[in-house]
Amino acid sequence: MLDASGDGYITEDGRKIGGVVMEMRNITLRFGGVVAIKNISFDIREGEIRAIIGPNGAGKSSMLNVISGFYVPQEGEVWFRGEKRPPMKPYEVARQGIARTFQNIALFEGMSVLDNVMTGRLTHMKTGLMAQAIWKGKAEEEETANREVVEKIIDFLEIQHIRKTPVSRLPYGLKKRVELARALAAEPKLLLLDEPMAGMNVEEKEDMSRFILDVNDEFGTTIALIEHDMGVVMDLSDRVVVMDYGKKIGDGTPDEVRNNQEVIDAYLGVAHD
Amino acid sequence: MAQTQSGAEGLRSLPALLQRNATKFANRPAYREKEFGIWQCWTWAETEKEIEALALGFINLGVKEGDFIAIIGRNRPYMYWSMVAAQSVGAVPVPLYQDAVAEEMSYVLGHCGARFVIAGDQEQVDKVIEIQDRLPNLEHVIYLDPRGLRKYDHTRLHQYSHIQNQGRAAHDELIGELKRRREALDYDSTCVMLYTSGTTGKPKGVVLSNRNVIESAKNSAEFDNLTEEENILSYLPMAWVGDFIFSIGQAYWCGFCVNCPESPDTMMIDLREIGPTYFFAPPRVFETQLTNVMIRMEDAGALKYALFHHFMDFAKGGAGEKYGMPRRKRSVLTLKRRLVRAWRYAMGVGFAIETLIENAIRLFFYKLRYGKEARAHFKARDPLGLMLYPEPLRSYFKYRMGEVLIYGPLKDTLGFGRIRVAYTAGEAIGPEIFEFFRSLGINLKQLYGQTEATVFITVQPDGEVRADTVGVPAPDVEIRIDESGEIYYRSPGVFVEYFKNPESTASTKDAEGWVATGDAGFFEEGSGHLRIIDRAKDVGKLADGRMFAPKFVENKLKFYPDILEAVLFGNRRDFCVAFINIDLTAVGNWAERNNIAYASYQELAGHPQVLDTIQKHVEEVNESVAQDSMLSGCQIHRFVVLHKELDADDGELTRTRKVRRRIIEEKYADIIDALYDGSSKVSTETEVTYEDGRKGSIRATLEIRDARVVQDPKRMAAE
Repeated sequence: MLDASGDGYITEDGRKIGGVVMEMRNITLRFGGVVAIKNISFDIREGEIRAIIGPNGAGKSSMLNVISGFYVPQEGEVWFRGEKRPPMKPYEVARQGIARTFQNIALFEGMSVLDNVMTGRLTHMKTGLMAQAIWKGKAEEEETANREVVEKIIDFLEIQHIRKTPVSRLPYGLKKRVELARALAAEPKLLLLDEPMAGMNVEEKEDMSRFILDVNDEFGTTIALIEHDMGVVMDLSDRVVVMDYGKKIGDGTPDEVRNNQEVIDAYLGVAHD
Repeated sequence: MAQTQSGAEGLRSLPALLQRNATKFANRPAYREKEFGIWQCWTWAETEKEIEALALGFINLGVKEGDFIAIIGRNRPYMYWSMVAAQSVGAVPVPLYQDAVAEEMSYVLGHCGARFVIAGDQEQVDKVIEIQDRLPNLEHVIYLDPRGLRKYDHTRLHQYSHIQNQGRAAHDELIGELKRRREALDYDSTCVMLYTSGTTGKPKGVVLSNRNVIESAKNSAEFDNLTEEENILSYLPMAWVGDFIFSIGQAYWCGFCVNCPESPDTMMIDLREIGPTYFFAPPRVFETQLTNVMIRMEDAGALKYALFHHFMDFAKGGAGEKYGMPRRKRSVLTLKRRLVRAWRYAMGVGFAIETLIENAIRLFFYKLRYGKEARAHFKARDPLGLMLYPEPLRSYFKYRMGEVLIYGPLKDTLGFGRIRVAYTAGEAIGPEIFEFFRSLGINLKQLYGQTEATVFITVQPDGEVRADTVGVPAPDVEIRIDESGEIYYRSPGVFVEYFKNPESTASTKDAEGWVATGDAGFFEEGSGHLRIIDRAKDVGKLADGRMFAPKFVENKLKFYPDILEAVLFGNRRDFCVAFINIDLTAVGNWAERNNIAYASYQELAGHPQVLDTIQKHVEEVNESVAQDSMLSGCQIHRFVVLHKELDADDGELTRTRKVRRRIIEEKYADIIDALYDGSSKVSTETEVTYEDGRKGSIRATLEIRDARVVQDPKRMAAE
């Protein structure tokens, strides 16, 4: 639907994956003399859950920031829905239908959960500041419509009981869920999750995994995620990119990646002789 | 008689009552549910249409008269509709406990041979699929929430709304059949089948007829003047007879509105938003609320803290009973009621201001007289008192003031601002808890009932409410007590039979319709109120022949906020010993305040300071038990604080959270042995079942403590 070039494939559990949505071509990103990403290419297909893994400092979060438009790579091209993407501001990227969550939670601490999630609808609001302030006619209608979407997401992520609670009072696991809710409120085509399960206990991880799978299943959202927990990554994702020291050392299904010698070396270490 | 009268009106079944309500109360709300942050409402007329569509869908799917339809899920209007829709097509609804694990479910589904299951969500559908190989009769599963179920095999799985749509589409051809089936229902046809939680052995299916349900609903509604103006919150398990009577029986008889919470987690918020006028809860709910209030008051500012305690102490001294109880006979506020209310509020505000002025003037004169020590002298007298007025005027004014400052806002926060009648049942309620809520001006009463009696055996009438009795026989109920002390009753609510279990039916219900409750009790001299001692089969004897009534002592222990559950042993033994479960909320809060670090329930339960506190409680209980000459042998000599909470998933409690003595006795035999052989420590390993059915085990070394007991003076003299 999004792209004409792709043929897609069928996953193990029978989901149909479509064509290429996002393609990274020979991306290189430098910070001064430090090369964070070295000549990496991979693609993300419609409807799939794509994981980016690698040891600390491998360049995973930089990669996500390139996708979300926060960093502009020195070399290489980002292709989104069959078009080459010019350097963009993050809000322009958000308007294109890409939403993300952050490794360190970035919510508005003083605002209620509901208000936080409502901010995710910003890209869908068209009325101006004045109209919003006067709050009549179109602005009101728009807010009602947006609230409806937000309430569906609150229901979906089972956070009704904290709807009116200020975010600062919530425990970590719930904050992560609120952040996911805010990203979902933008109704993204592509959802980027930066370590959605970091610092969670087993039960919270299980809950989060279920929500990620449900989001993918229910809304058909394409998901790209960074995660350290190998068990989770292997269970959730359809295809995995492995990075190490800014280089891509593996790409394929979880099984392929698991048996890749370079990946094993990167994770278990190898004797230098 | 009343029976024939309601029969003559043609109201012989719940579907018939629904038809009546759809015309009589067409535009009044019948159901509300909070969804997507908004209270969605269905009027009786809309409800009737929804139920009809579902009933037609059932016929379309092949439901036959006499089929059993199991219903598993949390309280939602859709689930209540499916019960009445099932009745409309001549089938029998069988609600199940939604938190039951697949194993327990398989027994009940197999026993009634349900052909259809209505499940709330994916979790319930998964459980049914897990056990479907053992259920040859099961044909179709209907689910409500489609989330996560899209990829399932849909040959035998249907979505609720699709069934309704099919029903609407087939309206013209099937409506005749539906009418025929609806009219075929009579007063003695089965209304519902409810499985008892079963403190011993397998659950039994209690068959209740339309007569049982409608007569009980009618009598109890008249007893408390319930009308179509009530609002109730339905949050108790649908499989429990209480919920069936309140949310369906009485709701259909009176035509009042049933409100369903958004999710189990939001129950307290929703309670406050709805502000029910009629409320039912097991003691545990009131206990939790009281604990929460007390914990939060600890964190309140000095002024609030002082006011709260001042006015609560005052209200508990009998003023609450005298001036606080709602006197109105109807829940709706008429103009007169509103004026009275406004007048009382104005008086409260007025006297608050008056007290401030009075105190200021008094302080002024104190200052003249005592100079610098004025404050100390002033504080020595009750600074909040209205000294100018004589009793009882003073108390009345003070209560009105408290209503404005403390009782009213507190009731509102708890969600009890509009309550006219509230009931508690199922277990004994702690006198302090009972007194707390009553002194706030909440008309909390007790009732005693059973599934087999369609709830009502005894109830407390307004104005005759006490913590230690369960009231007088409910309307149309006869009670007798046999020589052994066991309570028997006979009423229009007496169940038809236990399904497929004639032996049990015969042993419980005799030919004249008297039913054994299995509880021992007596009528109190003078007041005519019934008092329950314990389960008849649990009442035993100690080795020296003294009476052993475990519940009596356990309840005394459970009234301490630190203690969640207690189990007493001692039947045919030399002395009594006890297992105790701490309440994590209360004890955890205490630990936090006292900088006591703990990582888990187990660690907290084994903390020496916690053990000291519990020991103090046990010794206090021993003193109070010693007062009772009949039961003084039940004093606790040794006790242990358990390393895990007793849990229904492990079979230690029933789903309604009653203790299963025998199972606990077997499972923890090693600890009981250690309690009796005098050792001071015991190591044990216990199997636990997680919510998803997986098993694990926990290991612990528990400290056994000796408690001081009060010697019986008579016995000492005899020795």
